[in-house]
Amino acid sequence: MTRKKRRLYILLLCGLGLGSATALTLTAFQDNLVFFRSPSDIMREAPAPNRAFRLGGLVEAGSLERATNADGKPTANFRVTDGAHVIRVSYAGVLPDLFREGQGVVTLGMMLPDGSFRASEVLARHDETYMPPEVADALKRAGHWNPAQGAAPPPAEWNTAPRRGG
Amino acid sequence: MIGEIGHFALALGCILALVQAILPLIGAHRADARLMALASPLAGAQLIAIASAFGALLWAFAVNDTTVSNVVLNSHSQKPLLYKFSGAWGNHEGSMVLWVLILALCGGAVAGFGRDLPSALQARVIGILGLIAVGFLGFIIFTSNPFERVWPPPMDGQGLNPILQDPGLAFHPPMLYLGYVGYAVTFAFAVAALLEGRVDAAWGRWVRPWSLAAWSFLTLGIALGSWWAYYELGWGGYWFWDPVENASLLPWLIGTALLHSAIVVEKRESLKIWTVLLAILAFGMSLLGTFLVRSGVLNSVHAFANDPARGVFILALLMAYVAGALALFAWRAPKLGGTGIFAPISREGGLVLNNLLLCSIAAVVLVGTLWPMFADIMFGAKISVGAPFFNAATAPLAIPLVAAMAVGPLLAWKRADLAGALQRLWWVGALAVASAFLTLLVAGYHVLPALGFAAAAWLIGGATADLLDRIAAFRRPSQAWNRARGLPRAAWGSAIAHAGMGVTFAGLAGMGLATDTLVALKPGEATQLAGYEWRLERIRDVQGPNWSARRATVTVLDGGRVVTVLEPEKRFFPVGRMNTTEAAIHTNALRDLYAVLGDERDGGGVLRLHHNPLAPWIWFGAVIMALGGGLSLSDRRIRVSAPSRKAAAATA
Repeated sequence: MTRKKRRLYILLLCGLGLGSATALTLTAFQDNLVFFRSPSDIMREAPAPNRAFRLGGLVEAGSLERATNADGKPTANFRVTDGAHVIRVSYAGVLPDLFREGQGVVTLGMMLPDGSFRASEVLARHDETYMPPEVADALKRAGHWNPAQGAAPPPAEWNTAPRRGG
Repeated sequence: MIGEIGHFALALGCILALVQAILPLIGAHRADARLMALASPLAGAQLIAIASAFGALLWAFAVNDTTVSNVVLNSHSQKPLLYKFSGAWGNHEGSMVLWVLILALCGGAVAGFGRDLPSALQARVIGILGLIAVGFLGFIIFTSNPFERVWPPPMDGQGLNPILQDPGLAFHPPMLYLGYVGYAVTFAFAVAALLEGRVDAAWGRWVRPWSLAAWSFLTLGIALGSWWAYYELGWGGYWFWDPVENASLLPWLIGTALLHSAIVVEKRESLKIWTVLLAILAFGMSLLGTFLVRSGVLNSVHAFANDPARGVFILALLMAYVAGALALFAWRAPKLGGTGIFAPISREGGLVLNNLLLCSIAAVVLVGTLWPMFADIMFGAKISVGAPFFNAATAPLAIPLVAAMAVGPLLAWKRADLAGALQRLWWVGALAVASAFLTLLVAGYHVLPALGFAAAAWLIGGATADLLDRIAAFRRPSQAWNRARGLPRAAWGSAIAHAGMGVTFAGLAGMGLATDTLVALKPGEATQLAGYEWRLERIRDVQGPNWSARRATVTVLDGGRVVTVLEPEKRFFPVGRMNTTEAAIHTNALRDLYAVLGDERDGGGVLRLHHNPLAPWIWFGAVIMALGGGLSLSDRRIRVSAPSRKAAAATA
């Protein structure tokens, strides 16, 4: 085989590799990108049913309660707020160690028909002082907190939204 | 005082590294033997300086010197000594000192073991390593001084994050850095080769052990991190596809490709340009990982020193080193033409395919990792890319890679007989298909685990077939033992590493069949999972050295016989006021029983119980891979500095 031919083969192979990698990435992107939504985003535009997304905000102080769901699984129910709106979340699982009322949280899951959110994952953070950037951004967008003025106030105090369904 | 000495030693190391970067490179350019001869002593002196600085930092942590702000933030007098030491590198500043210490060690190793290297190449490699060290020492001195003082000193430190107080994590960063920084050496060799305009078999022989060593350590480091996540974070998984995990996987993927293409350079003097490019990219990926972890640009479970100024500095270093090297590559690479010519079906062809697939996987992982950042900057969209994406996008590339992994070693160099190789693998193929069907039969319709077990059987069987073939076990059984002893260690190493990958695949497949349940139990109540009866006995208070805990006692029974007693805990650390979850794990090497205690309610507790078949094999396989790498490394033929034994060369 001549050098030219070999080079052609290698180029063809590289093209094939790159092409298939791109195709794979794009197809996988289409189905698997997970969007982040704050409670206000959900109120403005109802998310597509049966599509997982991330819901983030602050855990409303005093909202955490333990219950048992329809399958007999122990669940944790709490409310996530960005100051303007509130979403009820139910999670059948063990809450991460750094989960606290009044602190930022990011959950992964889907909306239920009754307007509450069923979380399949509540994301753990390594550090209790850490505010997930999307949550900080959501709070800023809701107009209830300017990070330049220090830490976020406790959400029970500044939640002006009417309680939805308790 | 010790702190100031440490700080001074860092600055001294920086100056020495600067000199080390300039004089030997000029010497090599002008062929000035005296300047080139300075390279080794300078590398040695820099090593001594950095080692002193690191020693000073360890001292500050060991005696809990609360005038050093780094100690105050990350340590506490009540901590076991091991975690005082591991606390020294469990934070941003200290880990950077460890980083440059390992870099200086590599420089010292090139100086010490590299006496057989051509002096110009050695001088250039050490010079480039000096250049890298200057950048990172400057980074430490200007943005992350580990010896900064606080006045007045507080009574005691604030303690290390409790989930980091763990033996697995104590050794995770050093292993990982040995891997990351090892690629600095292959990078230095690549840049030196570009400067010289020459890549030959001797160069390949030198790059290979370094890429092997870096790869073995990186494999161990990633495995340790994943194992730690499995038993410490208590969520029952082992790999999150978290950006920071991906950041360690990227250099591993490129490094694996480099490892294989360096063989082609060494044996066949082919693929030279490609190998040089891979060496540059592998280090680029290491730097990218460093940048991603420390700048906080990515949303990750590793919230580590999120300081934009530091991020910009590391980004500048990344740009300078990688862009500089790539520019040099574009300018000089055409000079490094290959000489070996090979047919598409050949050992070289197989290795090209390996490289292509590994790089494609790396590209997919890179895009998935960085896309959220770009989407945020470009479109203001908050998105994340999780496990489903990575599984869907990498699996189709991993399947042909695994398929080729068993065939490649059986192919001859230059031109090979694919049908013949496949013929020798027929029983392995049958084994793989059988394991897939067996999985479907036993476990029900689970496609991915079935594929995983098939891959495991294919890889382990393929490695065995390769070894049997090499020692001619069937053709001349009487001489098999002698041939096995005469087989080069590199051949054993590669077969063992491939088999180790198979063991890891078996573990991954087993985890694909894992089952779990979430129950609220009162003392005395029991639940069923995976054929076992799990009974909660009691929940009580216990006291540890620097924590107190609630501990549940769960008895696991198999048909009335007690298998084990699991004691998951929720610990509370008064220093730092933190809770951690301690999963309780019982393993018998074939399966893990895994219990996590959740919150307590109505006199009972919420328990998350897992049955994880073959879980330990994931990390066990990684250890086997690293052992294979180590065995290859001990091969006489790649230890250039060792006096070559004619007899060994003749049998090999």
